[in-house]
Amino acid sequence: MTAPAMEAGVPHAGGAVHQSWWSRVWENHAPGYLFLLPWFIGFLGLTIGPIITSFYLSFTDFDLLTSPEWVGADNYIRMFTADPKFIASMRVTLTFVIFSVPLKLAFALGVALLLNRGMRGLPLYRALFYLPSLLGASVAIAILWRQLFSGDGLVNDFLSIFGIQGPSWISNPRYSLWTLIVLSIWQFGSPMIIFLAGLRQIPQDMYEAASLDGASKWRQFWKITLPLLTPVVFFNAIIQTIEAFKSFTPAFIISAGTGNPINSTLFYTLYLYQEAFGFFRMGYASALAWFLLVLVGCFTAFSFLTSKYWVHYDD
Amino acid sequence: MTVTAAAPKLTVVTEASPGKLARKRVLGVLAHVALIGASILMLYPLLWMLSASFRPENEIFSGTLMPSVWSLDSYFRGWNGLRVSFGTFFWNSLVISVTCVIGNLIACSMAAFAFARLRFKGRSFWFAMMLMTLMLPGQVTLIPQYVLFRELGWVDTILPLVVPKFLAVDAFFVFLMVQFFRGIPRELDEAAMMDGCSAWRIYYKIMLPLSLPVLATAAIFTFIWTWDDFFAPLIYLNEMKQYTVMLGLRTFTDSTGESDFGGLFAMSVLSLVPIFVFFLFFQRLLIEGIATTGMKR
Repeated sequence: MTAPAMEAGVPHAGGAVHQSWWSRVWENHAPGYLFLLPWFIGFLGLTIGPIITSFYLSFTDFDLLTSPEWVGADNYIRMFTADPKFIASMRVTLTFVIFSVPLKLAFALGVALLLNRGMRGLPLYRALFYLPSLLGASVAIAILWRQLFSGDGLVNDFLSIFGIQGPSWISNPRYSLWTLIVLSIWQFGSPMIIFLAGLRQIPQDMYEAASLDGASKWRQFWKITLPLLTPVVFFNAIIQTIEAFKSFTPAFIISAGTGNPINSTLFYTLYLYQEAFGFFRMGYASALAWFLLVLVGCFTAFSFLTSKYWVHYDD
Repeated sequence: MTVTAAAPKLTVVTEASPGKLARKRVLGVLAHVALIGASILMLYPLLWMLSASFRPENEIFSGTLMPSVWSLDSYFRGWNGLRVSFGTFFWNSLVISVTCVIGNLIACSMAAFAFARLRFKGRSFWFAMMLMTLMLPGQVTLIPQYVLFRELGWVDTILPLVVPKFLAVDAFFVFLMVQFFRGIPRELDEAAMMDGCSAWRIYYKIMLPLSLPVLATAAIFTFIWTWDDFFAPLIYLNEMKQYTVMLGLRTFTDSTGESDFGGLFAMSVLSLVPIFVFFLFFQRLLIEGIATTGMKR
């Protein structure tokens, strides 16, 4: 394990030319691969291998007990033509992504801008706003949310002060998904911290020059802050979108694993879980997983391709 | 990473008229009012759950934030609310989380060291591959992994939850550590190399001791994310005596949750305590860790 790293400059004692060629190759490459070995095994055995296997399984009928049976493109055909739950879960997930990500980022940016004005107590505010991000993924928070938005929950208690009789948000299909969107926005803390760090990288003299030229704060935001912040916006948008696609626990807890009422919280991941581990339709679930991969892949590729038109990179 | 945002304001003050100054002050106060309001709105539900968990059973949904009587009944009831006590769940969660921390620290730092410091053929290719896995939705590998672990006879053990960590599957931490290692002056390991130090010694005598901040960040995030993880235990652990806290809570909501809200809230609060403790003591480290992931350098 203790092969010398890159000590090409250190003279070796004797040795034929043949040997030294081999030992040079060994010394130059072996340590790298040895250190990478655990990652390598994981990458091949737990990532690449499974990706290929799941592609194969997506063309089969497979219930875990008997061996996979080739069915061609049947799973994909069923997905797009004969599965209303697939359509429903797609709609739920896309609605969730389209609303939760921009709103969360807008909140994060808004609060970051406010804090960045040199507010006193910034570390305290930053910590308080970050706390929900840290706790939010927990089952306990999903339980709390279910209580908050139930018929006699805290939200309706609050509304009744103003004489409003709120519905049971969780069990009403019109609102149930929105309670989850609110839960996601509630966790705006971690993108906010990344925005704050990005804001601090913008050179202050740009603002000084702009205000000497008489540019209003509003103009400074649109002409300096936002363009210089686009790399951070881009980063946050990608991360949050992928996270939103992966969201599982809150919907599972709030709907007790069903995705109800009327499939209104049937997240794509939840549907996939039901198919795989509820009905043991592993082939079909693999097809669902591959479609998700293609979807996320397309989204990421699209973002990176269009990024050069709106993301401002210095140099 | 200190907060020095007050400095640039000075230039404005020197040329501002008294009226402008007053307006600025009012705006500042308004901003504080808005921020305090927002903090209260955001944290109120958490405080409410905390207080509900200490209220006597008949008062859980009534009364103000301060309970009239402080009672630990809910905690005792919740602790033994299921067939298996929550003590077992907490122990299981602790064992899994600590093992995952160890795995991630060893495997991710080794991979990161290779990527950041060692020269070998194909390094940039493998690095790009590693970055690709950051974006990969876990569902794609889920089913074959399950089949694999089932073949190995690992279902209903903690192995499927912890072994992958020893194989550096959390690319996020590899990336975080690569970023940090690159910031350590190269002169240090070059000097050590001149003295005939092996790669292995450079790794554990120079890099690791200089990387305590990033190792701590990775350790804390691994702990919290493993502690919070619901999906993997849901799939791999079926015996109640192996349940993690999160699975215990879920079972609680399904079985007795509708009748015993007090116990449910009490156990929910307890499940958040470890995370909250980390937040309290390592908040700066966590915030800086988050902040640096968004930076290019």
